[in-house]
Amino acid sequence: MKIAVDQDKCCGAGQCAMLVPDVFDQREEDGVVVLLDPAPDDRLLPDVEGAAAVCPAEAIRVER
Amino acid sequence: MDYPFAPPTALEPPAEWERLRAECPVWRVRMASGDEALLLTRYEDVRAMLADPRFTHHLTRPDAAKLADSETGGVFNDPGAAGDMTRGEGHRRWRRMMSRSFTAKRVNEMRPRIEELAHGLVDDMVPPADLTASFGFPLPVFVICELLGVPPEYRDRFSHWSDAMLNLTRYRQDELDTAAREFHEFMAAHVQAKREKPGDDLLSELAVIVDSQDGRMSEAELVMTAQGLLVAGHETTANMIGKMVAMLLADRSRWERLVVDRGLIGSAVEEALRFDANPNFGIPRYVSEQVALGDETIPAGSTVITNIGSANRDACAFADAADMVLDRRPNPHLAFGAGPHSCLGQALARVELQTALAVLLDRLPTLELAVPAAGLRRREGLVVGGLEELPVRW
Ligand code: HEM
Ligand code: SF4
Repeated sequence: MKIAVDQDKCCGAGQCAMLVPDVFDQREEDGVVVLLDPAPDDRLLPDVEGAAAVCPAEAIRVER
Repeated sequence: MDYPFAPPTALEPPAEWERLRAECPVWRVRMASGDEALLLTRYEDVRAMLADPRFTHHLTRPDAAKLADSETGGVFNDPGAAGDMTRGEGHRRWRRMMSRSFTAKRVNEMRPRIEELAHGLVDDMVPPADLTASFGFPLPVFVICELLGVPPEYRDRFSHWSDAMLNLTRYRQDELDTAAREFHEFMAAHVQAKREKPGDDLLSELAVIVDSQDGRMSEAELVMTAQGLLVAGHETTANMIGKMVAMLLADRSRWERLVVDRGLIGSAVEEALRFDANPNFGIPRYVSEQVALGDETIPAGSTVITNIGSANRDACAFADAADMVLDRRPNPHLAFGAGPHSCLGQALARVELQTALAVLLDRLPTLELAVPAAGLRRREGLVVGGLEELPVRW
C-alpha cells in the first residue's frame, strides 16, 4: 500500500489522525495533515482506506 | 414548493426527500421570505457543491434570496456576519490559524474533562427527566465556555443570543438587532479583558495574535470569531446529543446493543450524524458563475440550498440507507459539510458526542423514552434542528 496526502487541500479536521494515529498526524501550528508512514503494513489497509473515505477534503490517496 | 418541508415526526425525514432525489437533481423552492431558491438533495451534488468555491458564502448580494422573513433575512444574510476571513485566501489563513486548537490531539486531551462534566450532569439528574435540558444543552456550553475562557454563568444569555441568531422565524427584527448588539458588546468587552489579563484559553491565545499586529487577525475579527465559535459550538452539538439518544432509544435494541458492546460507540455516533433527519435547514450558497449539474444548468446569481439530511439518506451513496446501521464503516456522511469550509469543530463535536454516549451508557444503562417516539416534538424555526424536549426515565 502507498499513501499520498495533499497538504494544500487538507482542512485540518483531524479525522485521519483520530482514526489511524500510527499513519497520520497533524502539524501543531495549523492542523495540516502529516504523513507519518507513507507505506504502512497492509494490515492497516482497511483503516487507511476508511480514513481516506471520510476525509472531508478528499486529501488522502491510497494505492494498493 | 414551499421550503423547508414538514417531516412526519421529529425523527423521520419528510417524504418529499426520496421523491425529489429520484426525480430531478435541482428543484425550485420558495423560502419564508417569498424569495425563490434552488434545492439540491442528492449525495454527489450536495458533496460537490459544499466543496466548490463557485458556490460562495456571499449571501448579502442584492440578488441573493432572503431565507427568513425578517428585514435582514437571518444569520446567513446578515452583512455583519461576512468578512474577509469567511472566504478565499482570507478564509484559508483564518482556518489554519484556528485549526491548531481543534486538532485530534488537542481535542483528545479534553476528553477526561468532558467526561467529568458529563458525570457531574448525570449526578444531578432524577427520573423522569428532560435529557435535553439536563444534559444535552449544558454539556457543550460548558465545554465551549472553557475552551474560549468565557464564564459559564452567562449560559442563559448565550442560549438566547444564539437562538436569536439561528432562529429564522421566532423573532422580530428589533429583537434580532438587540440580541446582536448585546452579544457583540459582551464579546468585545470580554476580548478586551483577555488582552489585559490573559488566561489559559483560546481567546487569550488569539488576543496575543491580535496584539502582535502582524495582520493575521484584527480585533474585530477576533470578536466575530469568538461569537461564531460560541454559537457554532453550542446549539449544533447540544441538539445532536438529544437527537442521537432519541434515535437510539426509539428502537431500544440499538441502545441495548451499545450497552453490551462499547466498541460500537465511535461508529454509532457517526451513524447518528448520518441518520439525523433533521440536521438543519440546509446550507445556503450564492452561485457566482453558471454551473452545469448533469443536464441542468444553475445560472449565476442563484441561491442554492443543499439538503445534507437528504444527501445522507441517498441510497446511491449508502447501502441500507434507510436503516440505522450501528457498525457502518466507512461512513462518509456530510453532517459536518465537506471541503474547505467543513466543520472546524468536528473533532471536538465527535469527542463530545462519544463521551456523552459513553457516560450515559455507563451510568444509565436502563435509560428509556418516557413518551412514544412519535410524540417527540421538533424545535421549530431553527436553522439547526433539534427536539423541544426529550423525556426519559431509568
Ligand atoms: C454535532 C455538532 C456539529 C455539527 C452537526 C456541525 C455542522 C457544521 C457544518 C455542516 C458546517 C459547514 C457549513 C458550511 O459548509 O457552510 C460547519 C461549519 C463550522 N462549524 Fe460546525 N458543527 C458541529 C459542531 C461544531 C463545534 C463544536 C464547533 C466549534 C467549537 C463548530 C464550529 C464550526 C465552525 C467555526 C464552522 C465554519 C467553518 C468554516 O467556514 O471554515 N461546529 N459545522
Ligand atoms: S482527514 Fe483529511 S482534511 Fe482532515 S486532517 Fe486528515 S487529511 Fe486533512
